[in-house]
Amino acid sequence: MTFSPELEARFARLIENYPPGRQKGALIPMLLYAQDEIGSVTPELLAEVAKRLHVKQVEIEEVLGYYTMLTREPRGKHHIQVCTNVSCMLTGGEELYAHACKKLGIGNRQKTADGQFSLEEVECIGACSWAPAMLVNYDFHFNMTPEKLDSLIDSLRKMQ
Amino acid sequence: MADPITLTIDGKQVNVPAGTLVIEAAKQVGIEIPAFCYYEGFSLQAACRMCLVEVEKMPKLQPSCTLPAAEGMVIHTESPKVVDARKGMLEFLLTNHPLDCPVCDKGGECELQDMTFRYGAGESRFVEIKHHVDEKQWSPAVYYDAARCILCYRCIRVCDEGLGVGALGLTYRGVGAEITPSHGDHLECDECGWCIDVCPVGALTSGTYRYKSRPWEMNYAGTICTHCGDGCKTTLSVRNGEVIRANNRDRSGINDEFLCVKGRFGFDFVHSPERLQSPLMRRNGKLEPVSWSEAIGLVSDKFLEVAARGGSFGVIGSTRATNEESYFLQKFARQGLETNNIDHHRSGDVATLLDALSGKTKALATVNDLYTAKAALVVGADLAQQHPLLAYQLRANWRHHQSSTYVVSEGPVREDQYAAKSVRAAAGAELAALEGLREDLKKHGDLVILFGASVKGDAVRSLVAFGDSLGIPVTYVCLVDYSNSRGAMDMGVLPDLAPGYKAVDKPGMNIDEMLTSPTLDVLWVVGANPLEHTQLKNEKAFVVVQELFLTETAQRADVVFPAASAYEKSGTVTNVCGEVQRLKAGPKVMGAKPDLEIMGLLAKQMGLNLGIWTPDKVFEEIRRSVRGYNVALPVIATGGAAPTMPVNGRIPVSPRPDLIRPSGDTLFTSGTLGRYSRMLNKVMEAPGQLYKP
Repeated sequence: MTFSPELEARFARLIENYPPGRQKGALIPMLLYAQDEIGSVTPELLAEVAKRLHVKQVEIEEVLGYYTMLTREPRGKHHIQVCTNVSCMLTGGEELYAHACKKLGIGNRQKTADGQFSLEEVECIGACSWAPAMLVNYDFHFNMTPEKLDSLIDSLRKMQ
Repeated sequence: MADPITLTIDGKQVNVPAGTLVIEAAKQVGIEIPAFCYYEGFSLQAACRMCLVEVEKMPKLQPSCTLPAAEGMVIHTESPKVVDARKGMLEFLLTNHPLDCPVCDKGGECELQDMTFRYGAGESRFVEIKHHVDEKQWSPAVYYDAARCILCYRCIRVCDEGLGVGALGLTYRGVGAEITPSHGDHLECDECGWCIDVCPVGALTSGTYRYKSRPWEMNYAGTICTHCGDGCKTTLSVRNGEVIRANNRDRSGINDEFLCVKGRFGFDFVHSPERLQSPLMRRNGKLEPVSWSEAIGLVSDKFLEVAARGGSFGVIGSTRATNEESYFLQKFARQGLETNNIDHHRSGDVATLLDALSGKTKALATVNDLYTAKAALVVGADLAQQHPLLAYQLRANWRHHQSSTYVVSEGPVREDQYAAKSVRAAAGAELAALEGLREDLKKHGDLVILFGASVKGDAVRSLVAFGDSLGIPVTYVCLVDYSNSRGAMDMGVLPDLAPGYKAVDKPGMNIDEMLTSPTLDVLWVVGANPLEHTQLKNEKAFVVVQELFLTETAQRADVVFPAASAYEKSGTVTNVCGEVQRLKAGPKVMGAKPDLEIMGLLAKQMGLNLGIWTPDKVFEEIRRSVRGYNVALPVIATGGAAPTMPVNGRIPVSPRPDLIRPSGDTLFTSGTLGRYSRMLNKVMEAPGQLYKP
């Protein structure tokens, strides 16, 4: 399978970071970058990465099952991750998550019918000082309230 | 070896070499430290925390499976602190364990059960609903029940490291963690089933055995697998005369615990509904069941009549019969029928090898040598496919001792994964490729050369000359295909060589000559299927067949005797490396008799004096008269393997390389027997059967 020239260049740099015989270490970053480009870890991607890093496919399955940031199902254009871990929970994270579910009409690890949004309840995202916090793709949003969430989602909707 | 280390375990002093793990050191003084994830011979995991021990001057409990012994260590393996920790671990392991022991296959031989019993961890503080996952079928042979799994990783390691297949992994995490097969919902593997054996609980269960029996309701018979020439010990679990499981958990044979799909699941041909259970006689062109006395009487009369008028006999022996049977058969032919027209299906040129090695001692490698040699050279063979045990030994040698393996083969083979060098050469042209490896091969201290059927006749002599020219000790294995191919040759089931490769006065007809002779009067086939792809030339010949099934040859017969399989009889067999091992009868199939008994009854009816026909007596005669077979009886009586060197002088070989025809069996086929094994057929039809190098 083929990737964009930028991603290929990134892979080439990535593999050089590891000593000879330890290229297997590039597995997780490679999957993440490729997932960003393709949208999910497809069976073809899995086979391609296995071939390039000389690992067995089942080893990649192990990684895929373990790390929730890797996904086999394509996500929405805007992947919303709401933290409900301790600091966020204490400051309204659970209500925020419940509100997001209601607003988008989907549950955990689901996608809206138009493919615009997907939602995930996640553990600590390292933003406790600004709890409750959430992520839209790679962007943080801090000190969230249900109202702020509404306007954020509405503005994202308009972006399309 | 490094300086020994002295340490104290539970008040007992023990000396071990540096680098020994505490768990192993404890074994030496008879202390068993419990462990689920630790498995001798495989990589360390330290996942189960059962082997925690208290080490004086160390603040926390230490896992003894990864702790190397150190000088002056004082260890307590059953202190209250340790016992408490183990009890706690068991409580965790049992939180989601379904505790369906009353119906679990493993109940009674389960390590988790034993440990819970030992530490009395009978109470649980866990009151939540148990996480349940339904059982899955991964292949015809392997089922997985995730709820029972304790995630010890044993199965993953034996598959990946032991066999080089790596069909298992561990996915998801926390309470949802479970073992996953290589291809989504099914396995793509060798289907050897070793994962099932090593599973300490009942998470992996066997397609042939699941929900069939309790372990204490069976009898166990340690015998030798009858499917290929490697001679693995397989312990049959027999219930009411029926085999329902085969494994080798006691590590008693040359194969330790290793068995391939045939050894572990291929036993079911024994109970095939197509087994012959009564003698058959041709009447009005049809084979009809008759009594033993009638069938024996007819064959005896016919043999005597043909002998009296000086007619010609042809005798075809078996590659699966015991040494005793092969010996008795050739004695019957040579003394009773006064003919040298005796042969069998040859699959390797052992005679030429033994001749080329004339005058050398210690020139034949044993199965264990493959694990200890510094280097091995595989010529013209796909070991993982045709000799799974030998492939396993070479891989284990590489894993544990960093030995070097060199491969010269026609296509890619699994040994390429770790081979020092792999060279591709067409069948028959392998020797030319060896020169390129000369310098590499020389640099190792010793070498085992294994060669397949494409190296035969003069090529064997050239190969031995090449081995001699390396200037290092070289041992050889001539790869033969069937469970007693080697024994059939050693026992003189050959037209030109008597037992022990002694010349006969007047060589008889070989197998091809018998089948194509227009004047052959009698063809007597014992446990072979020579007419599978060919017709018997003389249509009038009287054909007697001793066989398990109504094979193509049996269908042509005038009289068929139902024969017992190797699993139903006693005797000895000689494996591909020339090691003699003993069979032990396990199951019973009504109506069938061992070939030796059939031959004995026939001899008695004919009034021939060929000696007593019990396996022990015939083996006594073999020990006395066949060179190299004078093995120590206690060795084989206790399930050991005794190496033989049946000759050490020139052999009057009449080279017939054209008669050497490899069986072409794969990991999943086993000639006639494989055709009647439901499990082997099921495995081949399932999507998961793999053979990829």
